[in-house]
Amino acid sequence: MATTSSTLLDARAMLRTLRRMADEIVELNGGTEGLVLIGIQRRGVPLAERLCTIIGERENVTIPTGALDITLYRDDLQTVGPRPVVGPTRLPWELEGRHVVIVDDVLYTGRTVRAALDELADFGRPARIALAVLVDRGGRELPIHPDVVGRSVDVLRGDHVDVYVEELDGRDAVVLKRRAEEQ
Amino acid sequence: MTSPIGKDLLALEPLTGDQIRLILDTAEPFKEISERAIKKVPTLRGKTIVNLFFESSTRTRISFEFAEKRLSADTVNVAASGSSVQKGETLVDTARNLEAMRIDMVVIRHGSSGAAKFLADRIESNVINAGDGTHEHPTQGLLDLLTLRDHLGDLAGRKVCICGDVLHSRVARSNLWGLKKLGVEVGVCGPRSLLPNAIESLGVTVFDHIEEAIEWADALNILRLQLERMHAGYIPSLREYNRIFGVTSARLEKAPRDLLILHPGPMNRGVEIDSDVADGPHSLILNQVTNGVAVRMAVLYLLAGGNAQLAEAAKGQGER
Amino acid sequence: MSIARRVPNVEPAAPTLLRGGRLLDPSTGLDSPGDLFIVDGRIEHVGDRLESTPDGAEVMDCTGLIVSPGFIDVHCHLREPGREDVETVATGARAAAAGGFTAICAMPNTSPVTDNQAAVGFIVRQAQLANAARVYPIGAISVGQMGEKLAEFGEMVGAGAVALSDDGKPVVSAQLMRTALEYARTFNVPVIDHCEEPTLADGGAMNEGIVSARLGLKGIPAEAEEIMAIRDILLARRTGGHVHLAHMSTRGSVELIRWGKERGINVTAEVCPHHISLTEERVLGYDTNAKMNPPLRTAADVEALREAVADGTIDVVATDHAPHHYDEKEREFADAPNGIVGLETALAVVVTNLVVPGLISWSTLVDRMACTPARIFHLPGGTLRRGTVADITVFDPDAEWTVDPTTFLSKGRNTPYAGMALRGRNRCTIVEGRIVYRASVT
Repeated sequence: MATTSSTLLDARAMLRTLRRMADEIVELNGGTEGLVLIGIQRRGVPLAERLCTIIGERENVTIPTGALDITLYRDDLQTVGPRPVVGPTRLPWELEGRHVVIVDDVLYTGRTVRAALDELADFGRPARIALAVLVDRGGRELPIHPDVVGRSVDVLRGDHVDVYVEELDGRDAVVLKRRAEEQ
Repeated sequence: MTSPIGKDLLALEPLTGDQIRLILDTAEPFKEISERAIKKVPTLRGKTIVNLFFESSTRTRISFEFAEKRLSADTVNVAASGSSVQKGETLVDTARNLEAMRIDMVVIRHGSSGAAKFLADRIESNVINAGDGTHEHPTQGLLDLLTLRDHLGDLAGRKVCICGDVLHSRVARSNLWGLKKLGVEVGVCGPRSLLPNAIESLGVTVFDHIEEAIEWADALNILRLQLERMHAGYIPSLREYNRIFGVTSARLEKAPRDLLILHPGPMNRGVEIDSDVADGPHSLILNQVTNGVAVRMAVLYLLAGGNAQLAEAAKGQGER
Repeated sequence: MSIARRVPNVEPAAPTLLRGGRLLDPSTGLDSPGDLFIVDGRIEHVGDRLESTPDGAEVMDCTGLIVSPGFIDVHCHLREPGREDVETVATGARAAAAGGFTAICAMPNTSPVTDNQAAVGFIVRQAQLANAARVYPIGAISVGQMGEKLAEFGEMVGAGAVALSDDGKPVVSAQLMRTALEYARTFNVPVIDHCEEPTLADGGAMNEGIVSARLGLKGIPAEAEEIMAIRDILLARRTGGHVHLAHMSTRGSVELIRWGKERGINVTAEVCPHHISLTEERVLGYDTNAKMNPPLRTAADVEALREAVADGTIDVVATDHAPHHYDEKEREFADAPNGIVGLETALAVVVTNLVVPGLISWSTLVDRMACTPARIFHLPGGTLRRGTVADITVFDPDAEWTVDPTTFLSKGRNTPYAGMALRGRNRCTIVEGRIVYRASVT
């Protein structure tokens, strides 16, 4: 099981990427009016909070943020073995008419985002929902496209793209792990 | 079966402390679902659940039904009256019929101790015991634990006294095991005619006087005194029971600390519990009801699905 | 089966030579290898090896086997009349023969109750037709076992009853029990009581104790049995009648019987194989095959009962064989009927639990299962004395086998021993010189 690791983004690169993403989110939204950032459990949540902080500092506003756990909306719940742990969902405000940006760490098959869209629909009817991801690794299985991308990478199916965030992992980094024999 | 708590939930006695903690931890995020505008998630979509109630029970049945519906399961309620059960069908035939209809889960309430296990041994579906005779009522025990944990944090080293008719109470047994497995010191208090006389060998402290129990405990779980116990001669009168064993505010005022008050309901106000205690600031009785739905959702979630073969096939798909 | 039946023409048995077995008969103090020769249903020779095989004798090689007086079960339920779907006199008698019993006593709690001479005669006749183990009827103490009016002891004994009992139910009225003990003296038969104080036992499904507390099942306290046991012992002292206490199950009962015997009171007692082999723990999991009345008790009770069999405080081992239809046992524990089948496992359970651990000798086993039952119930057999009736059991003390209820000759399959490995097995059962059971294995 020998693997090779290569760092796609180190801590400084990740900060720069997030700043750019913050700018793009504000541009995409045409300002900060009605903007809400919702992170997907688990690493999407700290990323959404950081984007909010960055936007808040630059625009001198307070952007509401929330957390969404999509476990109960997964389409593979019948097939996963031991039941996955369900994290908290925090959406302490109305979504009606808001411009919601879903934030996640890695975009792959699109199934997580599909579940998130379903779940948001049960909370209300936002004016618009956009998607911001730190890494887009391709390999979509559903017609879902990100609006804001930190870094696009072309990787093989067996590869792993691991995102580390200070809040949960003690460091910031994006690492590509590839099995040696598959190279 | 891949569920971390086994195929069925029949009792708390066979569970480990870790399994009980897992259920309680799983219940936490489910509390929030009941606060949403649309109180429903698609988790158990397509699952069929039969609520098989051989004994009438409004509270437990409604709580289970809410839990099932909030997880999008399809549910059917079967009550003993008017069903084939009343026409003399045996439990084993009922079980076989359910099995033949390819249901996924059964929630069973039955007047006979061991009935849930009897059913679970004979069908493939997951079985949840919603109270079997005077044996156990595990989801009630779990919701009591969750309610206590909400208010006390880690329960290890805490003292909880179960008060009243322990002999005939399935709630008492589930509480006793659940509390002990989480490291709680358990007391029981009631007339000796309503305590199993081997109770001390289960590792609990027995209090003959409610005043002593109140002085000792951090929380009281007050059991319902069923009126038929008086008719069967276990106690002379409800009036005397209230005077000697009733939890009253006058008695609670003498306690060295504020006691949390639990009651599985339905209450006999003025018998085992006085109204000012039931409605007082330390009463968690309605919290128990709220937590009941979350705990039952957690149990349904943990037991349902998890087909081992499909899980194997789905492995190695990487992140999503 | 047709109602009009004839007594079968039993062919006279050929002379039989049991060669080379261990002849074991505590009634005569015999314990040595040798031959036993049966002619015309009587023991013609017992002891030293015969020089030659008598002409026309069927020879059975008994090397490695024990040849003993036939076992007698003083307590079983054959369900006929009334529940022939569950057991009949014939199937019960064949199951008994398979288990090594040459005679069994059938309790009267049938439907209708065996409480008159005609009913007793019916059992006797069915037993003759069965042509297996002997079946002795036990008559009811009270009419309909209702605990009120004394049944006609004299006529029932005249028709073949060997004892009296309301078993299945206790004799609640102390006055009725007193009268029964007094009245039975004329006929010299024991009065058997099922000791259970009904208000204490009411609704109980198992022993009262830690296991019942855990399972949430209503318990039957040991005192329910002991209160009635001491009552009966005291009434036997008052009346001089012979009281036989059925299926004793508690340490306290043993102490009370010992107390009575020390004072010369005419009390005898039996224990069932399950009460000396299983404890209340067996009920965990709500297995209805562990449900019986009296219930399985604690390890301390089991220990006391084993000692009591060894020292003779308990006189006999009796099965309380109680077949039930599988549907009746396949249900909620509290609603399931009491009892298990026992005729085909009794010997092995006693061997495995008492002889193998060294608590009793083979001689004591034969005494408690053959000699003493015959003596206290005044029945033929129970001895290998020359000239007596040839009721004989030949068993393999070392055979190891696994209980498989599907092979039972009894109609009942309700046993807690299914799948259990036991030692000791009957090989051949001889009633009045006729081989009524012979194991297919050698």
